[in-house]
Amino acid sequence: MMQSDVVTSALTRRFRSLVAVDHIDLTVEHGSIFGLLGPNGAGKSTTLKMLTTLLAPSSGSASIGGFDVVREPGAVRRRIGYVPQLLSADGGLTGYENLVLSAKLYGLPRRERQTRIADALSFMGLEPAADDLVSAYSGGMIRRLEVAQALLHRPLVLFLDEPTIGLDPIARRAVWERLRESRRQFATTILMTTHDMEEADDLCDTVAILHQGRVAVQGAPADLKRQVGPAATLDDVFVHFAGAAIAEGGSYRDIRSTRRTVKRLG
Amino acid sequence: MTSAAPAAPSSDSVERRAIADFVRQALAIAQVETRKILRDPTELLTRMVQPTLWLIVFGEVFTRTRAIPTGDLSYLEFMAPGVLAQSVLFSAIFYGIAIIWERDLGIVHKMLVSPAWRGALVFGKALSAGLRALAQAVIIVLLALVLGVHVRLEPASLAGLAIVVVLGGALFSTFSFVIACLVKTRERFMGIGQVLTMPLFFASNAIYPIALMPAWLQRVAQVNPLTYLVNALRQLMVHGGESSVGLPTDLAVLSIIFVALVLIASRLYPEIVR
Repeated sequence: MMQSDVVTSALTRRFRSLVAVDHIDLTVEHGSIFGLLGPNGAGKSTTLKMLTTLLAPSSGSASIGGFDVVREPGAVRRRIGYVPQLLSADGGLTGYENLVLSAKLYGLPRRERQTRIADALSFMGLEPAADDLVSAYSGGMIRRLEVAQALLHRPLVLFLDEPTIGLDPIARRAVWERLRESRRQFATTILMTTHDMEEADDLCDTVAILHQGRVAVQGAPADLKRQVGPAATLDDVFVHFAGAAIAEGGSYRDIRSTRRTVKRLG
Repeated sequence: MTSAAPAAPSSDSVERRAIADFVRQALAIAQVETRKILRDPTELLTRMVQPTLWLIVFGEVFTRTRAIPTGDLSYLEFMAPGVLAQSVLFSAIFYGIAIIWERDLGIVHKMLVSPAWRGALVFGKALSAGLRALAQAVIIVLLALVLGVHVRLEPASLAGLAIVVVLGGALFSTFSFVIACLVKTRERFMGIGQVLTMPLFFASNAIYPIALMPAWLQRVAQVNPLTYLVNALRQLMVHGGESSVGLPTDLAVLSIIFVALVLIASRLYPEIVR
Protein backbone atom coordinates (compact mmCIF):
# COMPACT_ATOMS: atom_id res chain seq x y z
CA MET A 1 0.00 0.00 0.00
CA MET A 2 1.28 3.43 -0.91
CA GLN A 3 1.67 5.68 2.10
CA SER A 4 0.80 9.37 1.78
CA ASP A 5 2.88 11.54 4.07
CA VAL A 6 1.08 14.81 3.39
CA VAL A 7 -2.66 14.94 2.81
CA THR A 8 -4.79 18.06 2.65
CA SER A 9 -8.51 18.19 2.19
CA ALA A 10 -10.26 21.37 1.09
CA LEU A 11 -7.54 23.28 2.95
CA THR A 12 -8.51 26.94 3.09
CA ARG A 13 -7.13 30.08 4.66
CA ARG A 14 -8.72 33.49 4.57
CA PHE A 15 -7.23 36.79 5.66
CA ARG A 16 -10.26 39.00 6.17
CA SER A 17 -11.79 39.24 2.68
CA LEU A 18 -8.79 37.71 0.87
CA VAL A 19 -8.86 33.96 0.27
CA ALA A 20 -5.14 33.15 0.20
CA VAL A 21 -5.60 29.38 -0.02
CA ASP A 22 -8.85 28.13 -1.49
CA HIS A 23 -9.95 24.51 -0.97
CA ILE A 24 -6.67 22.82 -1.81
CA ASP A 25 -6.50 19.01 -2.04
CA LEU A 26 -2.95 17.67 -2.12
CA THR A 27 -1.50 14.22 -1.63
CA VAL A 28 2.24 13.70 -1.35
CA GLU A 29 3.44 10.09 -1.54
CA HIS A 30 6.10 8.76 0.79
CA GLY A 31 9.63 9.37 -0.50
CA SER A 32 8.59 11.64 -3.33
CA ILE A 33 9.66 15.19 -4.13
CA PHE A 34 6.68 17.46 -4.52
CA GLY A 35 6.84 20.99 -5.87
CA LEU A 36 4.34 23.69 -5.06
CA LEU A 37 4.61 26.14 -7.96
CA GLY A 38 3.13 29.51 -8.57
CA PRO A 39 3.82 33.20 -8.84
CA ASN A 40 4.21 35.41 -5.78
CA GLY A 41 0.95 35.65 -3.90
CA ALA A 42 -0.44 32.36 -5.23
CA GLY A 43 -0.73 30.94 -1.70
CA LYS A 44 2.46 28.85 -1.52
CA SER A 45 3.80 30.35 1.69
CA THR A 46 0.43 30.32 3.40
CA THR A 47 0.02 26.64 2.53
CA LEU A 48 3.49 25.92 3.90
CA LYS A 49 2.71 27.75 7.15
CA MET A 50 -0.44 25.69 7.65
CA LEU A 51 1.36 22.41 6.90
CA THR A 52 4.12 23.29 9.38
CA THR A 53 1.58 24.08 12.16
CA LEU A 54 2.30 27.81 12.28
CA LEU A 55 -1.01 28.98 10.89
CA ALA A 56 -4.42 27.47 11.58
CA PRO A 57 -6.57 26.75 8.51
CA SER A 58 -9.82 28.70 8.25
CA SER A 59 -11.49 25.49 7.09
CA GLY A 60 -10.53 22.10 5.70
CA SER A 61 -7.79 19.94 7.13
CA ALA A 62 -4.21 18.79 6.67
CA SER A 63 -2.22 15.94 8.10
CA ILE A 64 1.42 14.90 8.14
CA GLY A 65 2.17 11.19 8.54
CA GLY A 66 -1.44 10.75 9.64
CA PHE A 67 -1.27 13.44 12.35
CA ASP A 68 -3.59 16.39 12.09
CA VAL A 69 -1.75 19.74 11.98
CA VAL A 70 -4.29 21.43 14.25
CA ARG A 71 -5.14 18.70 16.76
CA GLU A 72 -1.66 17.14 17.08
CA PRO A 73 0.86 19.89 16.33
CA GLY A 74 3.48 18.35 18.65
CA ALA A 75 3.44 15.03 16.80
CA VAL A 76 3.61 16.87 13.47
CA ARG A 77 6.57 19.02 14.56
CA ARG A 78 8.58 15.97 15.58
CA ARG A 79 8.11 14.55 12.10
CA ILE A 80 8.98 17.53 9.95
CA GLY A 81 12.03 19.59 9.05
CA TYR A 82 11.85 23.12 7.72
CA VAL A 83 14.20 25.32 5.70
CA PRO A 84 13.02 28.93 5.44
CA GLN A 85 13.37 31.01 2.31
CA LEU A 86 15.93 33.46 3.63
CA LEU A 87 19.34 32.29 4.74
CA SER A 88 18.74 31.93 8.44
CA ALA A 89 21.53 29.85 9.98
CA ASP A 90 23.06 31.81 12.84
CA GLY A 91 26.03 33.78 11.48
CA GLY A 92 27.42 34.35 14.97
CA LEU A 93 27.88 30.61 15.49
CA THR A 94 29.97 28.00 13.71
CA GLY A 95 28.36 25.43 11.45
CA TYR A 96 28.95 22.81 14.11
CA GLU A 97 27.32 24.94 16.81
CA ASN A 98 24.28 25.55 14.62
CA LEU A 99 23.87 21.79 14.30
CA VAL A 100 24.29 21.25 18.05
CA LEU A 101 21.51 23.76 18.69
CA SER A 102 19.16 21.94 16.32
CA ALA A 103 20.08 18.59 17.88
CA LYS A 104 19.20 19.91 21.34
CA LEU A 105 15.95 21.57 20.30
CA TYR A 106 14.87 18.33 18.61
CA GLY A 107 15.87 16.28 21.64
CA LEU A 108 18.40 13.97 19.96
CA PRO A 109 19.93 11.74 22.63
CA ARG A 110 23.40 12.89 23.67
CA ARG A 111 25.00 9.62 22.53
CA GLU A 112 23.68 9.98 18.99
CA ARG A 113 24.33 13.70 18.72
CA GLN A 114 28.01 13.58 17.80
CA THR A 115 27.67 10.85 15.19
CA ARG A 116 24.63 12.47 13.61
CA ILE A 117 26.34 15.85 13.42
CA ALA A 118 29.53 14.37 11.99
CA ASP A 119 27.47 12.44 9.41
CA ALA A 120 25.49 15.55 8.51
CA LEU A 121 28.64 17.63 8.05
CA SER A 122 30.26 15.07 5.77
CA PHE A 123 27.00 14.43 3.90
CA MET A 124 26.75 18.14 3.10
CA GLY A 125 30.46 18.51 2.33
CA LEU A 126 30.88 20.98 5.18
CA GLU A 127 33.48 19.15 7.25
CA PRO A 128 36.37 21.53 6.48
CA ALA A 129 34.23 24.54 7.43
CA ALA A 130 32.59 23.01 10.51
CA ASP A 131 34.44 25.25 12.96
CA ASP A 132 34.23 28.45 10.91
CA LEU A 133 31.65 31.10 11.74
CA VAL A 134 28.66 30.83 9.43
CA SER A 135 29.02 34.54 8.63
CA ALA A 136 32.08 33.50 6.58
CA TYR A 137 30.11 30.87 4.59
CA SER A 138 28.93 31.34 1.00
CA GLY A 139 25.19 31.33 0.29
CA GLY A 140 25.35 27.76 -1.01
CA MET A 141 27.19 26.55 2.08
CA ILE A 142 24.66 28.20 4.40
CA ARG A 143 21.83 26.58 2.49
CA ARG A 144 23.45 23.15 2.74
CA LEU A 145 24.02 23.71 6.46
CA GLU A 146 20.34 24.58 6.87
CA VAL A 147 19.29 21.45 5.03
CA ALA A 148 21.63 19.49 7.31
CA GLN A 149 20.00 21.13 10.36
CA ALA A 150 16.54 20.31 9.09
CA LEU A 151 17.46 16.67 8.36
CA LEU A 152 19.31 16.02 11.62
CA HIS A 153 16.34 14.41 13.36
CA ARG A 154 15.51 12.36 10.22
CA PRO A 155 12.12 13.94 9.55
CA LEU A 156 9.42 12.14 7.66
CA VAL A 157 8.77 15.25 5.58
CA LEU A 158 11.21 18.03 4.76
CA PHE A 159 9.66 21.40 3.85
CA LEU A 160 11.69 23.90 1.86
CA ASP A 161 10.57 27.39 0.95
CA GLU A 162 12.25 28.47 -2.31
CA PRO A 163 15.37 26.43 -1.47
CA THR A 164 17.75 27.86 -4.06
CA ILE A 165 16.54 31.43 -4.51
CA GLY A 166 19.50 33.77 -4.83
CA LEU A 167 22.10 31.00 -5.22
CA ASP A 168 24.47 30.76 -8.17
CA PRO A 169 23.93 27.86 -10.64
CA ILE A 170 26.68 25.68 -9.19
CA ALA A 171 25.47 26.12 -5.61
CA ARG A 172 21.92 25.41 -6.78
CA ARG A 173 22.92 22.14 -8.38
CA ALA A 174 24.82 21.13 -5.26
CA VAL A 175 21.71 21.71 -3.14
CA TRP A 176 19.50 19.76 -5.59
CA GLU A 177 21.93 16.90 -5.62
CA ARG A 178 22.02 16.76 -1.78
CA LEU A 179 18.21 16.81 -1.64
CA ARG A 180 17.98 13.90 -4.09
CA GLU A 181 20.62 12.03 -2.13
CA SER A 182 18.79 12.50 1.18
CA ARG A 183 15.63 11.18 -0.41
CA ARG A 184 17.60 8.17 -1.68
CA GLN A 185 19.31 7.45 1.67
CA PHE A 186 16.55 8.23 4.15
CA ALA A 187 13.43 8.05 1.97
CA THR A 188 12.70 11.63 3.06
CA THR A 189 9.53 13.03 1.55
CA ILE A 190 10.22 16.52 0.28
CA LEU A 191 7.72 19.29 -0.24
CA MET A 192 9.11 22.51 -1.64
CA THR A 193 7.75 25.76 -2.94
CA THR A 194 9.42 27.34 -5.91
CA HIS A 195 8.74 29.66 -8.77
CA ASP A 196 11.79 28.41 -10.59
CA MET A 197 10.61 26.16 -13.41
CA GLU A 198 14.02 24.66 -14.01
CA GLU A 199 14.21 23.63 -10.37
CA ALA A 200 10.77 22.07 -10.50
CA ASP A 201 11.56 20.23 -13.73
CA ASP A 202 14.91 18.95 -12.52
CA LEU A 203 13.94 17.89 -9.03
CA CYS A 204 10.23 17.20 -8.60
CA ASP A 205 8.36 13.94 -9.21
CA THR A 206 5.07 15.78 -8.96
CA VAL A 207 4.17 19.44 -9.13
CA ALA A 208 1.02 21.34 -8.30
CA ILE A 209 0.59 24.72 -9.90
CA LEU A 210 -1.15 27.17 -7.61
CA HIS A 211 -2.93 30.14 -9.01
CA GLN A 212 -4.86 32.61 -6.88
CA GLY A 213 -5.09 30.15 -4.02
CA ARG A 214 -6.32 27.20 -6.06
CA VAL A 215 -4.62 24.20 -7.61
CA ALA A 216 -4.70 24.91 -11.36
CA VAL A 217 -3.19 21.55 -12.27
CA GLN A 218 -1.28 18.72 -10.64
CA GLY A 219 0.90 15.94 -12.06
CA ALA A 220 4.35 14.78 -13.11
CA PRO A 221 6.26 17.50 -14.98
CA ALA A 222 6.71 15.26 -18.05
CA ASP A 223 2.99 14.43 -18.22
CA LEU A 224 1.98 18.04 -17.87
CA LYS A 225 4.35 19.09 -20.63
CA ARG A 226 3.02 16.35 -22.90
CA GLN A 227 -0.53 17.57 -22.35
CA VAL A 228 0.38 21.05 -23.51
CA GLY A 229 2.40 20.21 -26.61
CA PRO A 230 5.35 18.31 -28.07
CA ALA A 231 8.04 20.87 -27.27
CA ALA A 232 6.41 22.47 -24.23
CA THR A 233 8.44 23.63 -21.24
CA LEU A 234 7.15 23.84 -17.69
CA ASP A 235 6.80 27.59 -18.27
CA ASP A 236 4.39 26.84 -21.11
CA VAL A 237 2.53 24.47 -18.81
CA PHE A 238 2.12 27.23 -16.32
CA VAL A 239 0.84 29.71 -18.87
CA HIS A 240 -1.51 27.07 -20.27
CA PHE A 241 -3.11 26.05 -16.95
CA ALA A 242 -2.97 29.23 -14.94
CA GLY A 243 -3.50 31.63 -17.79
CA ALA A 244 -0.63 33.84 -16.64
CA ALA A 245 3.11 33.95 -16.87
CA ILE A 246 5.02 32.84 -13.80
CA ALA A 247 6.98 36.07 -13.56
CA GLU A 248 3.86 38.19 -13.24
CA GLY A 249 2.15 39.32 -10.10
CA GLY A 250 3.66 39.84 -6.70
CA SER A 251 2.70 42.07 -3.84
CA TYR A 252 4.48 44.74 -1.84
CA ARG A 253 5.34 42.20 0.83
CA ASP A 254 6.99 39.85 -1.65
CA ILE A 255 9.04 42.61 -3.14
CA ARG A 256 10.19 43.58 0.32
CA SER A 257 11.29 40.08 1.24
CA THR A 258 13.05 39.60 -2.09
CA ARG A 259 14.88 42.83 -1.55
CA ARG A 260 15.93 41.68 1.91
CA THR A 261 17.29 38.47 0.44
CA VAL A 262 19.21 40.36 -2.18
CA LYS A 263 20.65 42.71 0.42
CA ARG A 264 21.64 39.87 2.69
CA LEU A 265 23.30 37.94 -0.06
CA GLY A 266 25.15 41.07 -1.15
CA MET B 1 -1.52 8.31 19.96
CA THR B 2 -3.03 8.14 23.43
CA SER B 3 -3.77 4.41 23.43
CA ALA B 4 -3.49 3.01 26.96
CA ALA B 5 -0.82 0.40 26.31
CA PRO B 6 0.26 -1.54 29.39
CA ALA B 7 3.80 -0.23 28.99
CA ALA B 8 2.63 3.39 28.87
CA PRO B 9 4.89 5.54 31.04
CA SER B 10 3.36 6.90 34.23
CA SER B 11 2.25 10.52 34.16
CA ASP B 12 4.94 11.20 36.73
CA SER B 13 7.78 10.17 34.42
CA VAL B 14 6.15 11.97 31.50
CA GLU B 15 6.19 15.10 33.60
CA ARG B 16 9.82 14.65 34.61
CA ARG B 17 10.71 14.09 30.98
CA ALA B 18 8.91 17.29 30.00
CA ILE B 19 10.75 19.30 32.63
CA ALA B 20 14.09 17.84 31.51
CA ASP B 21 13.27 18.78 27.90
CA PHE B 22 12.28 22.29 28.93
CA VAL B 23 15.51 22.84 30.86
CA ARG B 24 17.70 21.38 28.10
CA GLN B 25 16.07 23.52 25.42
CA ALA B 26 16.22 26.71 27.50
CA LEU B 27 19.88 26.13 28.33
CA ALA B 28 20.69 25.40 24.68
CA ILE B 29 19.28 28.81 23.71
CA ALA B 30 21.00 30.61 26.59
CA GLN B 31 24.29 28.92 25.75
CA VAL B 32 24.40 30.01 22.11
CA GLU B 33 23.32 33.55 22.98
CA THR B 34 26.02 33.80 25.64
CA ARG B 35 28.62 32.45 23.26
CA LYS B 36 27.69 35.12 20.73
CA ILE B 37 28.04 37.89 23.33
CA LEU B 38 31.46 36.62 24.36
CA ARG B 39 32.58 36.42 20.73
CA ASP B 40 31.67 40.03 20.10
CA PRO B 41 31.81 41.96 23.38
CA THR B 42 31.83 45.37 21.65
CA GLU B 43 28.24 45.95 22.65
CA LEU B 44 29.01 45.21 26.30
CA LEU B 45 31.83 47.75 26.25
CA THR B 46 29.93 50.56 24.55
CA ARG B 47 27.08 50.05 26.96
CA MET B 48 29.46 50.80 29.83
CA VAL B 49 29.86 54.43 28.82
CA GLN B 50 26.49 55.59 30.08
CA PRO B 51 26.56 54.09 33.60
CA THR B 52 30.13 55.29 34.01
CA LEU B 53 29.07 58.85 33.24
CA TRP B 54 26.11 58.61 35.60
CA LEU B 55 28.31 57.42 38.45
CA ILE B 56 31.30 59.67 37.88
CA VAL B 57 29.61 62.89 36.76
CA PHE B 58 26.06 62.88 38.11
CA GLY B 59 26.90 60.87 41.24
CA GLU B 60 29.96 62.89 42.25
CA VAL B 61 28.26 66.25 41.69
CA PHE B 62 25.12 65.40 43.63
CA THR B 63 27.18 63.86 46.44
CA ARG B 64 28.83 67.27 46.82
CA THR B 65 25.65 69.33 46.67
CA ARG B 66 23.83 67.11 49.20
CA ALA B 67 20.60 68.20 47.48
CA ILE B 68 18.92 64.84 47.87
CA PRO B 69 18.45 63.43 51.37
CA THR B 70 19.62 59.82 51.36
CA GLY B 71 19.91 59.05 55.07
CA ASP B 72 23.10 57.43 56.25
CA LEU B 73 24.30 56.71 52.73
CA SER B 74 26.27 59.16 50.65
CA TYR B 75 24.38 60.12 47.48
CA LEU B 76 26.84 58.10 45.40
CA GLU B 77 26.15 55.04 47.55
CA PHE B 78 22.44 55.61 47.23
CA MET B 79 22.48 55.94 43.45
CA ALA B 80 25.07 53.27 42.56
CA PRO B 81 22.49 50.42 42.77
CA GLY B 82 20.10 52.70 40.85
CA VAL B 83 22.64 53.07 38.05
CA LEU B 84 23.15 49.31 38.05
CA ALA B 85 19.38 48.83 37.73
CA GLN B 86 19.31 51.41 34.95
CA SER B 87 21.96 49.58 32.96
CA VAL B 88 20.06 46.32 33.45
CA LEU B 89 16.90 48.03 32.17
CA PHE B 90 18.53 49.78 29.21
CA SER B 91 20.39 46.71 27.98
CA ALA B 92 17.27 44.54 28.21
CA ILE B 93 14.53 46.86 26.98
CA PHE B 94 15.65 46.79 23.34
CA TYR B 95 16.05 43.03 23.31
CA GLY B 96 12.83 42.67 21.32
CA ILE B 97 14.48 44.20 18.27
CA ALA B 98 16.47 40.97 17.97
CA ILE B 99 13.21 38.99 17.90
CA ILE B 100 11.88 41.14 15.06
CA TRP B 101 15.18 40.71 13.22
CA GLU B 102 14.95 36.93 13.70
CA ARG B 103 11.38 36.99 12.45
CA ASP B 104 12.43 38.82 9.30
CA LEU B 105 15.14 36.23 8.60
CA GLY B 106 12.87 33.24 9.18
CA ILE B 107 14.76 32.14 12.30
CA VAL B 108 11.64 32.42 14.45
CA HIS B 109 9.75 30.31 11.93
CA LYS B 110 12.46 27.68 12.13
CA MET B 111 12.40 27.70 15.95
CA LEU B 112 8.61 27.45 16.12
CA VAL B 113 8.51 24.53 13.70
CA SER B 114 10.75 22.56 16.08
CA PRO B 115 9.10 20.53 18.81
CA ALA B 116 10.79 22.67 21.49
CA TRP B 117 8.56 24.20 24.16
CA ARG B 118 7.70 27.80 23.32
CA GLY B 119 8.19 28.65 26.97
CA ALA B 120 11.69 27.14 26.87
CA LEU B 121 12.63 29.28 23.87
CA VAL B 122 11.38 32.41 25.64
CA PHE B 123 12.97 31.45 28.95
CA GLY B 124 16.30 30.68 27.28
CA LYS B 125 16.36 34.09 25.62
CA ALA B 126 15.45 35.75 28.93
CA LEU B 127 18.25 33.89 30.68
CA SER B 128 20.82 35.02 28.14
CA ALA B 129 19.67 38.63 28.47
CA GLY B 130 20.07 38.19 32.23
CA LEU B 131 23.61 36.91 31.78
CA ARG B 132 24.42 39.86 29.55
CA ALA B 133 23.19 42.17 32.31
CA LEU B 134 25.39 40.27 34.76
CA ALA B 135 28.49 40.94 32.68
CA GLN B 136 27.74 44.67 32.90
CA ALA B 137 27.02 44.42 36.61
CA VAL B 138 30.52 43.10 37.27
CA ILE B 139 32.04 46.21 35.74
CA ILE B 140 29.65 48.62 37.48
CA VAL B 141 30.30 47.04 40.88
CA LEU B 142 34.05 47.29 40.33
CA LEU B 143 33.68 50.92 39.30
CA ALA B 144 31.58 51.64 42.41
CA LEU B 145 34.32 50.07 44.55
CA VAL B 146 36.92 52.30 42.94
CA LEU B 147 34.76 55.37 43.62
CA GLY B 148 34.65 54.46 47.32
CA VAL B 149 31.17 52.94 47.60
CA HIS B 150 31.01 50.50 50.54
CA VAL B 151 30.08 47.49 48.43
CA ARG B 152 29.02 44.39 50.35
CA LEU B 153 31.59 41.78 49.48
CA GLU B 154 30.30 38.80 51.49
CA PRO B 155 29.85 35.82 49.14
CA ALA B 156 26.18 35.47 50.06
CA SER B 157 25.26 39.04 49.18
CA LEU B 158 27.33 38.94 45.99
CA ALA B 159 25.54 35.75 44.98
CA GLY B 160 22.21 37.39 45.82
CA LEU B 161 23.20 40.43 43.78
CA ALA B 162 24.08 38.25 40.79
CA ILE B 163 20.73 36.45 40.98
CA VAL B 164 18.75 39.69 41.18
CA VAL B 165 20.67 41.20 38.24
CA VAL B 166 19.95 38.12 36.11
CA LEU B 167 16.29 38.18 37.19
CA GLY B 168 16.03 41.89 36.35
CA GLY B 169 17.61 41.46 32.91
CA ALA B 170 15.38 38.47 32.22
CA LEU B 171 12.27 40.37 33.30
CA PHE B 172 12.81 43.49 31.20
CA SER B 173 14.00 41.54 28.14
CA THR B 174 10.84 39.43 28.27
CA PHE B 175 8.78 42.61 28.60
CA SER B 176 10.56 43.80 25.46
CA PHE B 177 9.87 40.42 23.80
CA VAL B 178 6.13 40.85 24.46
CA ILE B 179 6.15 44.33 22.94
CA ALA B 180 8.01 43.02 19.87
CA CYS B 181 5.39 40.31 19.36
CA LEU B 182 2.66 42.95 19.52
CA VAL B 183 4.12 45.66 17.29
CA LYS B 184 6.01 43.36 14.87
CA THR B 185 7.98 46.05 13.02
CA ARG B 186 11.33 47.58 13.89
CA GLU B 187 10.21 51.18 13.40
CA ARG B 188 7.25 50.93 15.75
CA PHE B 189 9.30 48.98 18.24
CA MET B 190 12.06 51.61 18.43
CA GLY B 191 9.46 54.31 19.01
CA ILE B 192 7.83 52.42 21.86
CA GLY B 193 11.17 51.46 23.40
CA GLN B 194 12.22 55.10 23.56
CA VAL B 195 8.89 56.11 25.07
CA LEU B 196 9.09 53.45 27.81
CA THR B 197 12.62 53.65 29.15
CA MET B 198 12.73 57.17 30.53
CA PRO B 199 9.38 57.03 32.41
CA LEU B 200 10.34 53.65 33.88
CA PHE B 201 13.63 55.12 35.04
CA PHE B 202 12.42 58.44 36.43
CA ALA B 203 9.28 56.99 38.03
CA SER B 204 11.44 54.74 40.19
CA ASN B 205 13.61 55.10 43.23
CA ALA B 206 16.81 54.71 41.17
CA ILE B 207 18.28 58.18 41.69
CA TYR B 208 16.04 59.71 44.38
CA PRO B 209 13.96 58.27 47.23
CA ILE B 210 10.26 57.72 46.61
CA ALA B 211 9.46 59.94 49.60
CA LEU B 212 10.60 62.98 47.60
CA MET B 213 8.08 62.39 44.82
CA PRO B 214 4.64 64.02 44.51
CA ALA B 215 1.87 61.67 45.58
CA TRP B 216 0.75 60.70 42.06
CA LEU B 217 4.28 59.79 41.05
CA GLN B 218 4.73 57.76 44.23
CA ARG B 219 1.78 55.64 43.15
CA VAL B 220 3.34 55.09 39.73
CA ALA B 221 6.66 54.19 41.34
CA GLN B 222 4.93 51.61 43.52
CA VAL B 223 3.72 49.65 40.49
CA ASN B 224 6.96 50.11 38.56
CA PRO B 225 8.94 46.84 38.52
CA LEU B 226 12.16 48.85 38.33
CA THR B 227 11.50 50.16 41.85
CA TYR B 228 11.56 46.60 43.20
CA LEU B 229 14.73 45.84 41.27
CA VAL B 230 16.43 48.95 42.67
CA ASN B 231 15.23 48.04 46.16
CA ALA B 232 16.68 44.57 46.04
CA LEU B 233 19.95 45.75 44.50
CA ARG B 234 20.30 48.52 47.08
CA GLN B 235 19.98 46.09 49.97
CA LEU B 236 22.30 43.49 48.42
CA MET B 237 24.96 45.79 47.01
CA VAL B 238 25.67 48.52 49.57
CA HIS B 239 26.50 48.38 53.28
CA GLY B 240 23.66 50.14 55.07
CA GLY B 241 21.47 50.04 51.97
CA GLU B 242 17.88 49.03 52.66
CA SER B 243 14.94 47.95 50.57
CA SER B 244 11.92 50.11 51.36
CA VAL B 245 9.57 47.09 51.31
CA GLY B 246 11.90 44.28 52.36
CA LEU B 247 13.96 41.95 50.17
CA PRO B 248 11.46 39.03 50.20
CA THR B 249 8.71 41.29 48.84
CA ASP B 250 11.01 42.61 46.11
CA LEU B 251 12.01 39.11 45.05
CA ALA B 252 8.41 37.90 45.10
CA VAL B 253 7.20 40.84 42.98
CA LEU B 254 10.01 40.47 40.44
CA SER B 255 9.57 36.69 40.18
CA ILE B 256 5.81 36.86 39.73
CA ILE B 257 6.05 39.55 37.05
CA PHE B 258 8.77 37.57 35.26
CA VAL B 259 6.78 34.32 35.22
CA ALA B 260 3.68 36.17 34.03
CA LEU B 261 5.66 37.80 31.22
CA VAL B 262 7.17 34.46 30.15
CA LEU B 263 3.67 32.97 29.96
CA ILE B 264 2.39 35.91 27.92
CA ALA B 265 5.43 35.89 25.62
CA SER B 266 5.12 32.13 25.02
CA ARG B 267 1.53 32.71 24.00
CA LEU B 268 2.34 35.61 21.67
CA TYR B 269 5.54 34.18 20.14
CA PRO B 270 3.78 32.20 17.36
CA GLU B 271 1.76 35.31 16.44
CA ILE B 272 4.83 37.09 15.21
CA VAL B 273 5.18 34.85 12.12
CA ARG B 274 1.57 35.21 11.00
